[in-house]
Amino acid sequence: MSALAHVPIGSGQSASPPPAARSGRYRLLPYLLLLPGAAWLVLFFAVPLVQLAAASLYDPTGSISTGYVLTWAFDNYPTALRAYWPQFARSFLYAGIALVLALLMGYPLAYAIAQKAGRWKNLLLVCVIAPMFTSFLVRTLAWKTILSDNGWLVGLLRDVHLLGPDGRLLATPIAVVLGLTYNFLPFLVLPLYASLERLDYRLLEASSDLYASPLKTFRRVTLPLSMPGLIAGTLLFFIPATGDYINAELLGTPNEYMIGNVIDSAFLVRLDYPQGAALSFLLMSTILAVVFVYLRRAGTEEVL
Amino acid sequence: MRSAYRPLTRRGLLTGTLGSAALLAAGGTLAGCGTPAAQQTEEGCVSEDLSGTEKTLAFSNWPQYMDVDEDDESKRPSLDGFVSRTGIQVTYTEDVNDNNEFFGKVQNQLAACQSTGRDIMVLTDWMAARMIRLGWIQKLDKAKLPNVEANLLPSLRSRPFDAENQLAVPWQSGLAGLAYNGRVTGEIRTVDELLTRPDLKGKVTALSEMRDTMGLLLMSNGHNPADFTAAQFDDALAKLKRAVDSGQIRRFTGNDYAPDLAKGDIAACVGWSGDIIQLGFEDERIRFVVPDSGVMLWSDNMLVPNQASHKANAEELINYYYDPAVAAQLAAYVNYICPVQGAQAEMEKIDPELAANPLIFPDEAMLARSRVFMALDEQQEREYETKFQQVIGA
Repeated sequence: MSALAHVPIGSGQSASPPPAARSGRYRLLPYLLLLPGAAWLVLFFAVPLVQLAAASLYDPTGSISTGYVLTWAFDNYPTALRAYWPQFARSFLYAGIALVLALLMGYPLAYAIAQKAGRWKNLLLVCVIAPMFTSFLVRTLAWKTILSDNGWLVGLLRDVHLLGPDGRLLATPIAVVLGLTYNFLPFLVLPLYASLERLDYRLLEASSDLYASPLKTFRRVTLPLSMPGLIAGTLLFFIPATGDYINAELLGTPNEYMIGNVIDSAFLVRLDYPQGAALSFLLMSTILAVVFVYLRRAGTEEVL
Repeated sequence: MRSAYRPLTRRGLLTGTLGSAALLAAGGTLAGCGTPAAQQTEEGCVSEDLSGTEKTLAFSNWPQYMDVDEDDESKRPSLDGFVSRTGIQVTYTEDVNDNNEFFGKVQNQLAACQSTGRDIMVLTDWMAARMIRLGWIQKLDKAKLPNVEANLLPSLRSRPFDAENQLAVPWQSGLAGLAYNGRVTGEIRTVDELLTRPDLKGKVTALSEMRDTMGLLLMSNGHNPADFTAAQFDDALAKLKRAVDSGQIRRFTGNDYAPDLAKGDIAACVGWSGDIIQLGFEDERIRFVVPDSGVMLWSDNMLVPNQASHKANAEELINYYYDPAVAAQLAAYVNYICPVQGAQAEMEKIDPELAANPLIFPDEAMLARSRVFMALDEQQEREYETKFQQVIGA
């Protein structure tokens, strides 16, 4: 982008007074190149976003048959939040726990693939990506089989008395969190891998030459160098996981429903568009706020 | 002309794009002030029938709701029979997977009185009722439907949302009742057993379809789902809530309860007769139960939407499927309740065992215990649906 932006400066100032038409064309060039992308963004992202914002302020007594009137009903927001704050809080809780689990699994995995796998590197990467070739739904349904009450996993856990004789995994918060962890893990691993792959092994050697313990080397060298991948990965994981509703619906019970399930039912079943829109906006703005705070604290302005 | 050139930055571009889009959209939305009413009237939305010149028909149906040839899945014998009998070419699409989703798919066109490109669509009672209420469905010409007049089951005539029998014609019907897996639990007979028996705790599911689950609960309280009061609904809902809170009910499901019941992850459930018959073929200990208090009868209905341009062709197809021989051919494949009188006698010739199955051809006693859920107005629909959704968690 910066290269593009500097072209007109060079061409504009070297020849003493440039022909007006020519400099004008160069000045417009970056905008022209951006036009298709920007138009796409406006039409399919920004316009629907504003419409959604407007819908969240519709008169809540409207209906499909009578139509909706925009009455700036800001009350829709507190009303929606009062009714569904448990699901709201639950979304962030489950996504947060799943993120921690995914980090515990994903970081060593990405590190091993990037630094230790040698000629198996590509094969292992394919193994991480391969499940993504099947549909999200199919993967989640497969978890229903894995966690089934009569499956081997539950049987094993019952035998070692981690679960009571009537204990189960399906239809519990555990199943939902496991599903979230599994389904979004590749989004965390791939950016992490990209960062860790570029890690210069000589820096680690230098660190240990300077008498840093392996733990200290990790904390002072590896971790900071993998920060861009870590940040991108956590965001790519956390944002869709918070809004997810498939895992809660298929692996959970009503008591595990997340805010995505509520929004789904507001738009499709209850046909309460103002409330659905208000909840969508609340979710979006809360996630944005969380992300901003996170980026500030992680201290990487470049990601934005 | 500006003296200094300001380089284009990412932030500048984003702000500019979003800003102009916001202005554009805000202008558009505010000028329109919300969304227009979707209600249509017969006079306001007149459809033209081109059947005289165009021998075509677009038919939207649910998956696995049409008989297919045993050797060649792409052949549909009963539909092919219609094409060769009438010369009307049918475009058959299995694009109805969920009533609510399908509503979302066609609502913008129908609300604006535009064509959906479909001449027949098959939707469940309550969705048919909603579309009829919105004025989105064309009236059928009864003179062109002699088979329907003659053969439609009496219990499916003059239903609350179509008192004159001229808007919705059942494609297939079914029962919503109880089901259990005999490998996991003993027989269940009543809704109360399902909701309170301790050995079923956490192994019970109910349908997220409000009318089916709540209809059964209303009947278990001795009330009539075809005609109940708000207080009676609240009573039944409180009963359901107790079962949810106590952990008796594990989840609320659509069709997806069937594999769980087969695996034994759930022991008993509120389910649909057609699914249970299918499971019963593979495992005879999975049984459907008609509770003594009564059972819900629902139908998926053929509807001709506004601006469908081949109404007469559609009527011909509806009439064709009410020929008992054709209906039996279809019923032998789909295993739901056949809404056509006389099809049972035809079925004797195809498969006597199916002809004797009361879940495909229910007897008088069973039909007498079945109810169709009350037609709700928009206000009631939202109120009841919201209350119900709160209990089931969303």
